[in-house]
Amino acid sequence: MKIMKSIKLAVVAIAASFVAMTASAQDNTLLGAGSTFVYPLFSKIFSQYSASKVNYQSIGSGGGILQLTNKTVDFGDSDAPLNADQTAKMSAPVLHIPMTSGAVVVTYNVPGLKAPLNLTGKDLADIFLGKITSWNSAEIKAANKGVNLPDLPIVVVHRSDGSGTSFIFTDYLTKVNPDWAKRVGKASAVNWPAGLGGKGSEGVAGLVKQTPGGITYVELAYAKQNNMPFANIQNKSGKFITPTLEATTLASNVSIPEDSKVSITNTDNPKGYPIASFTWALIYKEQDYNSRSKARATELLKLLWYNIHQGQAQCAPLNYAPLSKSAVKVAEKILKSATYQGKPIL
Amino acid sequence: MSYLTDTIVKKRKMAENKRLALSNAQLKWENGFRGLLKAMAMVLVLIVIGVFITLVIESWASIKALGVGYLWGKVWDPVSNVYGAYPFLVGTLLTSFIALLISIPFSYAIAIYLGEYNPKGWLSDLLKNTVELIAAVPSVIYGFWALSVLVPMIRSLEIKWQIAPYGVGILTSSLILAVMVIPYGASLGITLIRMTPSQLKEGAYALGATRFEVIRKVVTPYTRSGLFAGVLLSLGRALGETMAVTMVIGNTSALAHTFKDMLFGPGNTMASVIANEFTEADHTEYLSALIELGLVLFCVTVIINIIGKRIITRFSNN
Repeated sequence: MKIMKSIKLAVVAIAASFVAMTASAQDNTLLGAGSTFVYPLFSKIFSQYSASKVNYQSIGSGGGILQLTNKTVDFGDSDAPLNADQTAKMSAPVLHIPMTSGAVVVTYNVPGLKAPLNLTGKDLADIFLGKITSWNSAEIKAANKGVNLPDLPIVVVHRSDGSGTSFIFTDYLTKVNPDWAKRVGKASAVNWPAGLGGKGSEGVAGLVKQTPGGITYVELAYAKQNNMPFANIQNKSGKFITPTLEATTLASNVSIPEDSKVSITNTDNPKGYPIASFTWALIYKEQDYNSRSKARATELLKLLWYNIHQGQAQCAPLNYAPLSKSAVKVAEKILKSATYQGKPIL
Repeated sequence: MSYLTDTIVKKRKMAENKRLALSNAQLKWENGFRGLLKAMAMVLVLIVIGVFITLVIESWASIKALGVGYLWGKVWDPVSNVYGAYPFLVGTLLTSFIALLISIPFSYAIAIYLGEYNPKGWLSDLLKNTVELIAAVPSVIYGFWALSVLVPMIRSLEIKWQIAPYGVGILTSSLILAVMVIPYGASLGITLIRMTPSQLKEGAYALGATRFEVIRKVVTPYTRSGLFAGVLLSLGRALGETMAVTMVIGNTSALAHTFKDMLFGPGNTMASVIANEFTEADHTEYLSALIELGLVLFCVTVIINIIGKRIITRFSNN
């Protein structure tokens, strides 16, 4: 009997601790989940934001969207806008608020090459299609006049895991190469026609560092932190653009539609770097769901408002591109359109 | 005399009564304990059945849309919703069986050495503990080691042999898998070889047999089915291994056309595809196709285990 009693006690104690945990999570900490790309920036901003506590789980864009669909978080964050299937699964309209923008750079391992490589979008797609197979092919030579390129086979390396980085990269290739659009298309995971897959940024970067002739794509911040070389990419206006934070911000300084769900790859801006994208915070337009309090909804919107204004100061030191002026304007409008019981919150 | 028998009978009766009274309480505990054990064992069966049912339900959309063709479809394209498991099925079986072939000589050698030649002493303890440690190291560490040490080694070999110098691929993942599964075959083998009745062995030695002859004629026949069970255990482990394989297999769903490419070129396994693509699978058909991949892996494991069990019973009957 004693054993039974102690077992009962233990069960009660465990149950109580669970209740306590969920209660504390619901208290006043705002919950977010999603993109791993934006995580370093968010954790910096949230640590400095004093008005409310925020708990952001970097589980990947897809996971963040799923959590928001299940209404277990206050906001999600995704590197790609919701697709039709994901939108259909949401029980209510969802707002996309641009948080920052990031660039995807093309990095390579060509022994003996000192100056950064110039690549056109079409050739880049042909490399990843497996059509251009050697570093001293006529196409690459044409973009790099006077550069001594070795007779080395190109080893294409791509992400094997589903990722926002792959989405941005394939979105760009789809726009600049009709053959890519037809054969492969854009998604966070596609049927790669050539090359090796590496898991995560560290996986692809590791493979390229080890393999002479390797080429892959990573986020600008990752390439910078690891001192990897990256190529200048030709934009729509025909200029070869070095990926920098300024060039990335400029890429988004174009007219942005009201819902901000726009792809800024292959930007019209003549000074913009062409492989760039927003990352979006996702919230429900109508904030009165799951018996949330109005105070909580207001807190959430104030946090996002802070992110697109004061928070932007944290971008540059962490190698994120701050939002352009036109992007901030659109984001403000979108935040103001969020409602609680039909009435605007901000 | 009668008094004596009387008391004896009385005493015995009392003893019996006491024994009976005790028995009731004991019986209660005995039954309760047996029920508990049974329930615990049944929970496991229920979980396995539950996993199977979940896999079928969750992958139903894909099963309905793609049918049996899913198994030999060669294209895996999430963008246009075409899914075929064939490249991953081949990759899984290829890496697992090559790994098994590489690991068997090592695990048997270890088993025989530690089981028969050197069963006691500090060297034996050290070796046995090291083998067990191999099984305890997390697989991501093997993956990392393979990526930074094994891959460059394979790459330099490939350059020497004039093969595309990827470094990563089927062979590399088989090698790392072989290292990871050695302890499974080896530890079971050590235990079984030590369990060979010493009368049998001593009899053989008395007849003038050498150690090698004892191993060949006495120990091997006695432990054959057990050694095979160890191989089966290794195979199960190799089929499901995810992390280490993902890091060095090259993750491509394109099928190899030549024998060289098949062995040295990149590939992919079912477990690795699931691990790679599950978190970001952004539409229903895609998710469902990935879960069906899990179902196929589940079935492959079950089938291989059933075949293995058959072989074991056959060996034991002989």
